[in-house]
Amino acid sequence: MDAASTRSFALQDAIFARSTQFFALLVLVTLLAIVGSLVYGAWPTITQVGPKFLVDDAWDPVRSLFGGLAPLWGTIITATIAMVIAVPVSFGIAIFLTEMCPPILKRPLGTAVELLAAIPSIIYGMWGLFVFVPLFGEYVQPALTATVGKLPVIGILFQGQPIGIGVLTAGIILSVMVIPFTASVMRDVFETTPAILKESAYGLGATTWEVMWNVVLPYTKTGVVGGVMLGLGRALGETMAVTFVIGNAYNISLKLFEPGNSIASSLANEFNEASDPLHLSALISLGLVLFMLTFCVLAASRWMLSSLAKREGKRT
Amino acid sequence: MSNAAKTVGNDRANNPIYRRRVWVNRFNLTMSIATMGFGMFFLIWILITLFSKGLAAFGPQLFTQMTPPPGSDGGLANAIFGSVLMVGSSVLIATPIGIMAGIYLAEVGRNNWIASVTRFVNDILLSAPSIVIGLFVYTIIVFQVKHYSGWAGAIALAIIAVPVVVRTTENMLMLVPNSLREAAVALGAPMWKVVLKVTLKAVRGGVITGVLLALARVSGETAPLLFTSLNNQFWSTDMNAPMANLPVVIFQFAMSPYEDWQRLAWAGALLITLTVLILNILARTVFRQKTQ
Repeated sequence: MDAASTRSFALQDAIFARSTQFFALLVLVTLLAIVGSLVYGAWPTITQVGPKFLVDDAWDPVRSLFGGLAPLWGTIITATIAMVIAVPVSFGIAIFLTEMCPPILKRPLGTAVELLAAIPSIIYGMWGLFVFVPLFGEYVQPALTATVGKLPVIGILFQGQPIGIGVLTAGIILSVMVIPFTASVMRDVFETTPAILKESAYGLGATTWEVMWNVVLPYTKTGVVGGVMLGLGRALGETMAVTFVIGNAYNISLKLFEPGNSIASSLANEFNEASDPLHLSALISLGLVLFMLTFCVLAASRWMLSSLAKREGKRT
Repeated sequence: MSNAAKTVGNDRANNPIYRRRVWVNRFNLTMSIATMGFGMFFLIWILITLFSKGLAAFGPQLFTQMTPPPGSDGGLANAIFGSVLMVGSSVLIATPIGIMAGIYLAEVGRNNWIASVTRFVNDILLSAPSIVIGLFVYTIIVFQVKHYSGWAGAIALAIIAVPVVVRTTENMLMLVPNSLREAAVALGAPMWKVVLKVTLKAVRGGVITGVLLALARVSGETAPLLFTSLNNQFWSTDMNAPMANLPVVIFQFAMSPYEDWQRLAWAGALLITLTVLILNILARTVFRQKTQ
């Protein structure tokens, strides 16, 4: 090869490397631009309302009162309900798929769980509002109030008008939506456990459950927590399903049957109607808070999953 | 069975600790099957609801007539067209960006700091709340030009699609054995030829899978379109104006008190879910084989 063509190759490669780098940086810049534009849009609220925004529960656009505590509370409480249900269920599904499922069914059932994640969130919302809510309000909520609602301390959670819509309904529907994400991460990390570890435990006479609980789970715990955080990140930002069933009321209550609001549902309901600049800015501030929250959760998830992947890399 | 074995068996069966362990195991494994049933129960319930309610309003008029005012017959033609246009352009924007960025992560940057940070950021964007992406596009486009538009919707969807394409492209390229790259380099090919003609070609199927998954992901997205393309009651091909689209029409019609609107919303919901599920299954079955 002569020197000229070597030089031209070097030039071509440099152009190629630079142009791919440009697109990678574009992804990076998108994130910075999102944060930048949200901070810019939220600025009037940051200067006029200040940190009080996060602890004030009065939200009244007519009187220009903007406190973000109610939607923040709704976001956190619905996501918590979702995770309380989704974590054990996902764990069960992951155990089933890795340890108990007949090999022929592994692929189809795994795909079926992932299809649950593919259903658009607006479909969950419609199904929730028209099918789940009437049944839940008529049969499940009165039954819950009559039984666990009578218990001391936790009883208060299961009180309120049994109208079907409310914070608990939103949390339950969210849990169905995040199960596939959490379950498939858990299944994937369970499968990284070396067979020799599991076989040694089985060889010592451990039962399947003991192997899962005492061997596989400790070995993969960072990955499992990573999967849970990933699900939590999804649950915090989910919009359409929650908007349909949460009831859309600025309300802070421990009674989970009461209607509430989450950050995402406030945005979906009010953003297009907001005309007052401060109202608009307050809504964008809510978006900023939501983005910060999910950013931290997702960053933690990513960090945990990658530390597991690194160990996996070292081992093989 | 020999006598000794029988005694061992009896000892075990009478040993309270052993009995407890067996029962704990049985109980928990039954619960595990129950959780799988729980997941499948909701999947099947939702699908049955969709079919029973959606098929009632399904028919050719869905594709030929415009969204009606309440009280009269109509279809979803303008919304379907708007969705196809916006989703199509968003994937056309996202595919080259995603593939190039994926190539950078897997082939060029590898483990340098730009690649590591981009990988991290891409993972965050992959799960970032889509409504925040809508807010972002609203502030940078809609607010500046003072009107909603189809382009704003397409860009919001593209921002959601890019991370999916980046992720699958990178993962697929990482599967290519290094010997393939070395062979191409040894023949004197420059890097861009190695990547575009050898490694990327080897994982073509996988990359198409990524694009299909991105397509499926954005087809059902509603939240980012609320603040960007909004809606339009009429047939419009102008991407610079507010544009009708299936998800937002479903949202407005489902939340309305009119029964004929709700029926149309169910038909639209069935249409969108079938599209998304078929794209997902296609991506997972047809194109999966080619990479193996």
